[in-house]
Amino acid sequence: MAKSSATKDAQALLHSLRSAYASTPTNLKIIDIYVLFAIFTALIQVGYMAIVGSFPFNSFLSGVLSCVGTAVLAVCLRIQVNKENKEFKDLPPERAYADFVLCNLVLHLVIMNFLG
Amino acid sequence: MGKVLGFLILAVCTLICEAAIFKPISDSHRSAALDLLTPKDGSYESLEVTYKALRSFEILGTGKQPDIKAVTCKSVVDTLRSPSSASKDLFQALRVNRILKCELNNEAFAGIASRLKDNVNSAGSLLDYYYSVGSLVLIEGQASEVDVHLGGADSVFRAIKALSQSDGRWRYSSNNPESSTFAAGIALESLAGVISLASSEIDRSLISLVKNDISKLLDGVEKYDDGAYYFDEKLVDAHGYQSPLSASSAVVRGITAFAIASDEDLNLPGDKILGLARFFLGVGIPGNAEDLFYQLDALASLENNRVSIPLILSLPTAVLSLTRKDQLKVNVNTVLGSAAPSLSVKLKQIFSSGSKDASIIDQDLKFDPENAVHFLDVLPENIDAGSYIFTFEIVLQNPEDKKIYATGGRTKVPIYVTGFVKVDHAEVAVHDSDLGNVETQKSLDLAGANTISLSANHLQKLRLSFQLTSPLGNAFKPHQAFLKLRHESKVEHIFVVGNSGKKFEIILDFLGLVEKFFYLSGRYDIQLTVGDAVMENSFFQHLGSIELDLPEPPEKAARPPPQAVDASSRFGPKAEISHIFRAPEKRPPKELSLTFLALVLLPFVGFLVGLLRLQVNLKNFPKASAPATFAILFHLGIAAVLSLYLLFWLKLNLFTTLKALGFLGIFLMFVGHRTLAYLASSSAKLKSA
Repeated sequence: MAKSSATKDAQALLHSLRSAYASTPTNLKIIDIYVLFAIFTALIQVGYMAIVGSFPFNSFLSGVLSCVGTAVLAVCLRIQVNKENKEFKDLPPERAYADFVLCNLVLHLVIMNFLG
Repeated sequence: MGKVLGFLILAVCTLICEAAIFKPISDSHRSAALDLLTPKDGSYESLEVTYKALRSFEILGTGKQPDIKAVTCKSVVDTLRSPSSASKDLFQALRVNRILKCELNNEAFAGIASRLKDNVNSAGSLLDYYYSVGSLVLIEGQASEVDVHLGGADSVFRAIKALSQSDGRWRYSSNNPESSTFAAGIALESLAGVISLASSEIDRSLISLVKNDISKLLDGVEKYDDGAYYFDEKLVDAHGYQSPLSASSAVVRGITAFAIASDEDLNLPGDKILGLARFFLGVGIPGNAEDLFYQLDALASLENNRVSIPLILSLPTAVLSLTRKDQLKVNVNTVLGSAAPSLSVKLKQIFSSGSKDASIIDQDLKFDPENAVHFLDVLPENIDAGSYIFTFEIVLQNPEDKKIYATGGRTKVPIYVTGFVKVDHAEVAVHDSDLGNVETQKSLDLAGANTISLSANHLQKLRLSFQLTSPLGNAFKPHQAFLKLRHESKVEHIFVVGNSGKKFEIILDFLGLVEKFFYLSGRYDIQLTVGDAVMENSFFQHLGSIELDLPEPPEKAARPPPQAVDASSRFGPKAEISHIFRAPEKRPPKELSLTFLALVLLPFVGFLVGLLRLQVNLKNFPKASAPATFAILFHLGIAAVLSLYLLFWLKLNLFTTLKALGFLGIFLMFVGHRTLAYLASSSAKLKSA
């Protein structure tokens, strides 16, 4: 009994989360799946490393850090673009996007240098 | 002092360097030619090779020749009958036919001749002229009834002459700026052909222009230290590399052909003609058939030319023995070894190597008509054992011959005079430390066997002395005079025996040598070496032994070095060095890596699917032309930066990347600012509306 009620609670919680997330603006959802894409890519590379070993260690690091860095930058973009977030109310989303592009270009210059 | 010495050495070197013996073509050449030129399976691979082989045999005059007439004639006739043969093939076939004389009728020749005449008139390059004109000359020689005369010989002559360069070399064609020595040779040969084919006389001024070219060409000849002259070919192009041998051969053939055809006195310097002959003879016996052909063909041209026929002075042997009373013999021949006209040979000077001064002799050599040898009965009195440089001069007896033959002034020849060197007053003694007190003294007979046995301690001295007298009674200083002491344990010590005048003497003070001898007491074998190239009785003798009693070694004395077991381990190959490299890291299997490459791409596919699910669109993309252009440029700019990063990874270095990135960054900032500003303003409008 207790078990089924717990399942039900979990289902209700998930349902409420999903319905709450449905109201999120589309541009934020795009950023979300972009972040997920980056994180999964990083996870797959970590899995590869676990199987074959970390021999070209710099290559492994740059691959994973490229994904993690992209994800972090995308999260930052999401924070700045989110309209609910009053802290960045005066910052136009275009400015935030320009920052995102600039940071990505600098990050990847370093990544490429480190790739070997 | 040093300067004077340097000059002396230089002077001696130039004397020695310029002296060399060149021998005319002989029987050894003939047998070598037979080996080189014999075809592998009954015939040669092409008509060109066939001609070169047949021509070499023709010049050498060897009786034995491979029997290839049947096979070769078939290919010659096929080539000449075929209407599509190129002029080069016709030329080669006609050259072979000149020697083999295959059966061909005059109509065949007439047909080829008319075709070749068309070729001459339409020729564009030097090789076209060379093959066509050369073929016509060959037809003239093989079928005298066929009309081969060129109507417009003057214009053909001018066309070939137009390809010449200011330095006497030629170009292969008018659109090829590079000039070549080999081309000069074939151009001169073609011009000679044009002159002989001309139906009317060629303008003499044109011929004198070419004469001028020839003298300029000869100015550019290169010289070896031994007096040989040659032409170098600097041009390497589609016609292939021409060695100095083939280039010089072509020039010699061209010049001699031109001299014969133009009937003109070319005033060529005799020393250069002789130098060229020396170059060809200096090659010796070439290693391949082609070089042999070039050598023999050039020598044959020099042998039968109108310019000047070089005469080669050679010696059957350059080593004369005073003991055997050898006569100095000199042969004078033409380059191919045939007899020279009546002449006398004079021995002008004798340089003794090692000293600069020459003794001037000026002595006529006697002539032995039976063996065609000039000889000197007795060597000049002051000739002792040693190496010398003899200077000879050829004097032609008939003044008319001076115009025909090139003797090249004086010829220097290195000569070794060997003799029996008398060794006497040989003695060996052991002294006490002051030389006055002689302990033991024994005289030696260095001509026979000796077994002396001496004993000495470290306070005594060993003295060995002997005298060397050359055949003329002078002091003789050999290249080598060594004394060797050899301990039982095979430790060896070698000493140079010094001399003062005739007397050679060495004093070994054992007190000063104990350390060098590693304090090794015991029996030492004594060996004496006296040797020289001109000493007929050079020797290496075992004299006996000496029992040395040396003090005990102190604590820190050096140990004798370990002696090599035998010479082969001492001078043989060293053990091979094996290098150790770091083993490469283990790499994962290729399939696994490729699988993960596909897996890494999966989240990207998921990302695209997600975008589709969200029904993302590009409606916000600017529509107006100017902002749309900027937006496109913005994205292209980002793509450009990313491609730059890719190049950075693949091949660029950091500095070039940063330079390019600087320019791209400025561009990107500009278009990005325009695009985003436009988007911001349009969204602000949307809000206010």
